[in-house]
Amino acid sequence: MAVQQWFDLAAEGQSGRGGIIPGAPQAVGLTVTHDDWREVAGDMAAHGGRLLALWASRDGADGHLVRAAFIADAGVLVLRLPLTESETYPGIEEWFPSANRMQRAVRDLSGLHAVAVDTRPWLRHAAWPDSFHPLIQDDAPPSPALPAVDNYAFVPVEGDGVHEIPVGPVHAGIIEPGHFRFSVVGEKVLRLEEHLGYVHKGIERRFAEFPMHEGHRLAARVSGDSAVAYSWAYAQALEGMASAHPPRRANWLRALGLELERLANHLGDLGALGNDAGFAFGLAQFSRLKEQLLRATEEALGQRYLMDFIVPGGTRVDLSSAGSASLMQSVESIMAEVGTLRAIYDEHAGLRDRFVGAGIVTPSLAAKLGLTGLAGRASGQDFDLRCDLPCEPFGDLAPRKIVRSEGDVAARVAVRFDEAAESTRLIKQLLWHLPAGLHLTALATPSEGALGVGLIEGWRGPVFLALEAGGGGMIRRCHPHDPSWQNWPVIEHAIIDNIVPDFPLINKSFNLSYSGHDL
Amino acid sequence: MLKTLRQIGRIGIITEPPPASDETLRIAGALRSHIVDILGRALCIRAIDAGSCNGCELEIHALNNPLYNIEALGIKFVASPRHADLLLVTGPVAKNMETALRRTYDATPDPKIVVAIGDCGCTGGIFGESYASRGRVSNVIPVDVAVPGCPPSPRQILSGILTAISGRGSARSSGE
Repeated sequence: MAVQQWFDLAAEGQSGRGGIIPGAPQAVGLTVTHDDWREVAGDMAAHGGRLLALWASRDGADGHLVRAAFIADAGVLVLRLPLTESETYPGIEEWFPSANRMQRAVRDLSGLHAVAVDTRPWLRHAAWPDSFHPLIQDDAPPSPALPAVDNYAFVPVEGDGVHEIPVGPVHAGIIEPGHFRFSVVGEKVLRLEEHLGYVHKGIERRFAEFPMHEGHRLAARVSGDSAVAYSWAYAQALEGMASAHPPRRANWLRALGLELERLANHLGDLGALGNDAGFAFGLAQFSRLKEQLLRATEEALGQRYLMDFIVPGGTRVDLSSAGSASLMQSVESIMAEVGTLRAIYDEHAGLRDRFVGAGIVTPSLAAKLGLTGLAGRASGQDFDLRCDLPCEPFGDLAPRKIVRSEGDVAARVAVRFDEAAESTRLIKQLLWHLPAGLHLTALATPSEGALGVGLIEGWRGPVFLALEAGGGGMIRRCHPHDPSWQNWPVIEHAIIDNIVPDFPLINKSFNLSYSGHDL
Repeated sequence: MLKTLRQIGRIGIITEPPPASDETLRIAGALRSHIVDILGRALCIRAIDAGSCNGCELEIHALNNPLYNIEALGIKFVASPRHADLLLVTGPVAKNMETALRRTYDATPDPKIVVAIGDCGCTGGIFGESYASRGRVSNVIPVDVAVPGCPPSPRQILSGILTAISGRGSARSSGE
């Protein structure tokens, strides 16, 4: 069936099978059978649709269900497949390889099995037993005296001269923890296998302890560097469920926060990437500019990192005209400096030697694996929610989509430079044309059983969030989804045939979230 | 090359004065000031993320920027716990990181100091204790100084580090 027909079927909402899902633009839901589940996945893959997220939920008191969210030109389609506790559901990794780890995480957290080849645990290491499913059982398991040693079954690589290098979870720098198992011959990497989940904090279960009107605080802390994107996605879902419309000024302020977040991350990364290629000058200069931006952000909006800026209904604080003027000045001066630094980066032979041709992900591989967001755009995947499925105010601002096709570290650097420039332009537009009015509106409490979704183009890529209302104003289920789920597996491909010392550079060129992924 | 040198010359040295230390951040300690005097002149820090949301990591990174310039104070970050005097630990301790944190702590030679960073490091923060999280860092390893904030600013973090190595500081040694 064509993708549009699935969307039409969902929108019809026949016999309670589906309907519009409030929150993010153009989101519809559809209850499906096992066969439908596979058919939708196949149709989506054949027609350029992409998998956003896959997660499990309870269905009333006793039932279970799995959901999958897809995105296509027509919008977002959220499937719902009810299951009994012992029932398996079809795996969809043959069309969407990123579904592999999502399915394994579903099993770790809810006990529901996909019919799939790879059934190793993913988020559950050895700290709690296989029989405990945190999203289903109410009691916590008895704590072991010390976590047992986890014997994760890495895929062995055999051959003459093949050595294994284990790296992590504690890494050499100031960085989040994860494990990378390299199989190398000399310096050349034959294979990389990742093992993540080290910072799994039980966020999804923790959400169910929050009232809906407080959940944005936890959402903002799924991945600190994307606090604005996550809290906006959460607010978007909740406001949709409550049929609330934040004032225009509030959404413009939110977009300001989002672009400041994007710019801050890009400045940090451009410095770190210079450093990882031995050009410490770059780190010194860019970290100075990032510091300037963070101080300007704090002066205008109250926090260096906008962890608590977005609240349901709008923003926690307003922007004064003095704040707006000083922010404008800071951003302009920073971007002038970035221009100077870009010329230096582009002409530096040593830097070019490291950046060009390292960690290549071809556009065809990127499409096959579902590489998304910034890294995707550097490999020809021309998707950007701000352009493709804009929420207010991006429809008015017409952001420029930045796409390259080389797919190497140099391309991911170039995309950051261009996006930084574009974010500066957007910030100036947002400041010049900020609508007058309120920055916050009141919100009713959605009734039990309501479902909403949020979808925001965070600096790494699409941040998706599904929110289900429980009784008494509490959250029943919240599934926050980081674009890192799609992109982490691609690094295993990007590193092949590169040398081990280039791994930090290549990894940093993606700069994926560990905490956002591990939940 | 010329452009690079010109930029370096144009920006110049922009390091700001460091903050004062803050005794209110200290948790406990016996007096062993002579050890701290030595550490205070050339401190090596091993940073460990035991479960953070990565917000605290961003502010720790900032300590190396030209404005805070932690290296000018004789303090640097090292890659191996074997080289470290001070462990800077962020996050609630995720159970999946508990073993790694303990091993890193045990691998750090005595005398050593532990500074917990952020609300999560101090109290477990918004994540608390659960099937997946042990909560505050002091639930797993001994902590000398704890710096609250979500995230704490670089100045607050630096103040915590300086407190840990200030004259009335303590260094932890097994068996004492």
